[in-house]
Amino acid sequence: MVPVDHYLWLSLALFTIGVIGVLTRRNVIIILMSIELILNAVNINLVAFSHMFGNVDGQVFAIFIITDAAAEAAVGLGIILAFFRNRETLLADEMDMLKW
Amino acid sequence: MSPQPYFLDHIWLIPMFPLVTAAVMLFYGRRLSNQIVSWLCSGSVFISFIYSVGAFFQIVARPSGERIFTKILFEWIPAGTYHLLDGRIAKFVADWGFQIDPLSCVMVLVVTGVGFLIHVYSTGYMAHEGGYYRFFGYLNLFMFSMLMLVLANNLLLLFVGWEGVGTCSYLLIGFYFHKKSASDAGKKAFIVNRIGDAGFLLGIFLTSALLGTIRFVEIGPALTAGGFAIGDPRITAIALLFFVGATGKSAQIPLYVWLPDAMEGPTPVSALIHAATMVTAGVYMVTRTNAIYQLSPKAMGVVALVGAITALFAASMGVVQNDIKKVLAYSTVSQLGYMFLACGVGAFTAGIFHLMTHAFFKGLLFLAAGSVIHAVSGEQDMRKMGALSKKIPVTYWTMLIAALAIAGIFPFAGFISKDLILGKAYEKDALLWAIGYFTAGMTAFYMFRLIFMTFHGTSRVDHEVEHHIHESPKSMLVPLVILAALSFVGGWISWPEIFGGNSHFIHFLSSVVAVPHEARIEPVKGPGSEHGEIFLMILSEGLVILGILFAWFLYVKRTDLPQKIANSFGGFYKLVYNKYYVDQLYDALFVNRAKDLGLALGAFDRNVIDGLGVNGAGWLTRSISKVSMWWDTWIVDGSVRLGARIVWIFSYPIRLIQDGLVQSYMLLIVIGLIGFFGYYFYMARHAIH
Amino acid sequence: MGLNSILFYFFAALAVVSAILMVTRRNIVHGAVYLITTLLATAGVFLLLQAEFLFITQVILYVGGIMVLFVFVIMLVNLDVSLLQYQFNRQRFVAGALALALAAQLFIVIKMGKTSLFPQARIPEVLPKNTEAVADALFGRFMLPFEIASILLLVAMIGAVVMAKRRV
Repeated sequence: MVPVDHYLWLSLALFTIGVIGVLTRRNVIIILMSIELILNAVNINLVAFSHMFGNVDGQVFAIFIITDAAAEAAVGLGIILAFFRNRETLLADEMDMLKW
Repeated sequence: MSPQPYFLDHIWLIPMFPLVTAAVMLFYGRRLSNQIVSWLCSGSVFISFIYSVGAFFQIVARPSGERIFTKILFEWIPAGTYHLLDGRIAKFVADWGFQIDPLSCVMVLVVTGVGFLIHVYSTGYMAHEGGYYRFFGYLNLFMFSMLMLVLANNLLLLFVGWEGVGTCSYLLIGFYFHKKSASDAGKKAFIVNRIGDAGFLLGIFLTSALLGTIRFVEIGPALTAGGFAIGDPRITAIALLFFVGATGKSAQIPLYVWLPDAMEGPTPVSALIHAATMVTAGVYMVTRTNAIYQLSPKAMGVVALVGAITALFAASMGVVQNDIKKVLAYSTVSQLGYMFLACGVGAFTAGIFHLMTHAFFKGLLFLAAGSVIHAVSGEQDMRKMGALSKKIPVTYWTMLIAALAIAGIFPFAGFISKDLILGKAYEKDALLWAIGYFTAGMTAFYMFRLIFMTFHGTSRVDHEVEHHIHESPKSMLVPLVILAALSFVGGWISWPEIFGGNSHFIHFLSSVVAVPHEARIEPVKGPGSEHGEIFLMILSEGLVILGILFAWFLYVKRTDLPQKIANSFGGFYKLVYNKYYVDQLYDALFVNRAKDLGLALGAFDRNVIDGLGVNGAGWLTRSISKVSMWWDTWIVDGSVRLGARIVWIFSYPIRLIQDGLVQSYMLLIVIGLIGFFGYYFYMARHAIH
Repeated sequence: MGLNSILFYFFAALAVVSAILMVTRRNIVHGAVYLITTLLATAGVFLLLQAEFLFITQVILYVGGIMVLFVFVIMLVNLDVSLLQYQFNRQRFVAGALALALAAQLFIVIKMGKTSLFPQARIPEVLPKNTEAVADALFGRFMLPFEIASILLLVAMIGAVVMAKRRV
């Protein structure tokens, strides 16, 4: 029987890796994939607790998060396509048009 | 009400025929051929003439006490009631009304009859001129205005016609508007007439304010009702104001100066407007308002004196003129003086009679002069004419008849009318008679000077013109012949009683002179007997024949003498030749003063109004706006920019964070999370302890 | 240590190693492949937790759907020059340090909560049939959120089409 906190360590490890990816990589697609990783880490938590309490609510929540991830990936990749078409680049630190 | 006689009921149509054709000419004339224009314009005047003749016979058919007929079309100015000067209340009435009585009957017949002949003449005279339709349009407009003037039943409507003829006169004098002298002459005529018109208008106002009516038929009763005594200064004021208007329109001293210049217009215009009809409007008006004049012996005296002096003065200028039309122009002024002399001595009917005969022979003289000018290719200087009698015989004989008529040779029309006036003048005052008598001699002299210089002696015509000399076309000659006949027999309708006549004309008109002046003014009887009258006639005939002989002697027999006489009277000749320098005097006294006033006002406008007012306001506005702009730039804008600068300075650290990079923002989120957990640990530790 | 534990640690190690490789690879396609590996390993963990429905969803949706989408886009926008560029941005050291700090804080939280946060787990002997249970919950108590999620997907679909289409 695997103790619950081991799932949390796994989740923490994936989360941290995802955060590092989001914060340091320049390629926008990698950043998006890192976000997927973070969401996945959250799912692990939810399912682990769901199993611990013998309750499926956590899993339902995970399904919503997957739905959310799908929507986010679709819109995010659409934005990347449109941006690439206009600026010929995928580098996040060249997307500085939000500046004052 | 029994049906009125047709022509009397339709007198208002008489002015309308020329008005319609005038409108057609001025709006559509350009598209019509000359022939159609001639037929339309002459035809409309002829129809007016037919109506006038019809109205004349229907007036004559009435008993002599009821020979006045008024036709009111509609009320023109419904102005309501007002207070008279003496406090009475009167209703202001100004109708579009027409009045026909013996006086207007005579005027209408003269205007339409002579007018028609001159129209026919013009179709020949103007045949080769530009603006044919324009000329006839103006001419018909003039006919309309003149007929309105003589048919009006009140002063205001008369004034409409009065101004209308003035306008047409202006338009026709300036017909050759491309010539500066012609357009200047038109302006001069208009402006000089305005002075007179102002007086006339004031007279109308005063009449309205004093008598409470401006209808001719009501003026006499109103004078009686108002209880005005003979010599009332208010009545004298009205009469003199009217006479100011008459001096303007009828070219009397001091406002005669426009008429000689008006000869710049085409010759038929000179004949119709400046000899036969328009210039006599003043005489007509004085006669029309004779009820007022008869109450004012002073005004009558002024009229008579001005008339007599004008007659002499103008005749003296006519003696030395070399331009054939100028001679006739001064002659017209002189003859108009005769008419006013007649009015002034109370012989209004004699004045109108002379007006009529003068319309015949002066119209004829102008038309014949036009024929002469036509023959010598536009030359008007008599020094370049001579010996034309054989080449243009019809013109010569008709003009000779006219000259005999104006000179007053028995039994031509001029003799009868002029001697009637002189006789009346003698009854009144011997001095007036003397002036008129002397003027008659001068008239004979300058008239035959014109005849001899033009038709007799040796030819002084330019050679290239010489072989072009030709008699005028039929359309011009027929009116000449008809007018010549009228000049001969025209006076016989009032054949003097001493020659077995019955003075029909004078009796016909006498009903117009409403108040017999003998009843109100004590007549000053001179040698009024029949012998005295015949004696006066023989005296004047003698002087006239002397004048003719003198002219023959000077201009046919001894053609070198005039120059010698002129030289020996150097200064005086020069004075007369230059028309007594009246034009120069008026220029110096009035025209240039008016110009100076204009210049002064212009300078005032430029310097004070523009300089001080407009430019000053502009400068003030600009200065204020400069201050305002400084305030706006440095204070208003400055405070705005200062605020912006302050915000900019304080925002400096925040701008460092706002670099627009998504990952920086995410890093901030992480920092926030760390802070959140740090706070959580801090709180947890304190909660435990 | 039963089979379950062995499988769990294997999947956990696979997931973590793949995630690290995904974040550090220069080539995006490689990164995508490592992400697939991570997701599959996670799916395995779900299976070990007896969440069969979620396991299938994870495989079909993530690996079969979302990742295919990623690979498509990578193919569309892949630039050879991107291989020659720096793969990490200027703030990489600070960001790495801060991320590790956050991880440390979370680590402390979990450690602190081990006794208090998680009461003794009481796993029922017989779990209800997973798919049935999820369906009950989804179409019962979570009906409204479920419908809202469907709206969200619709909006996302339209948004993606609008963003991705060429300018007309």
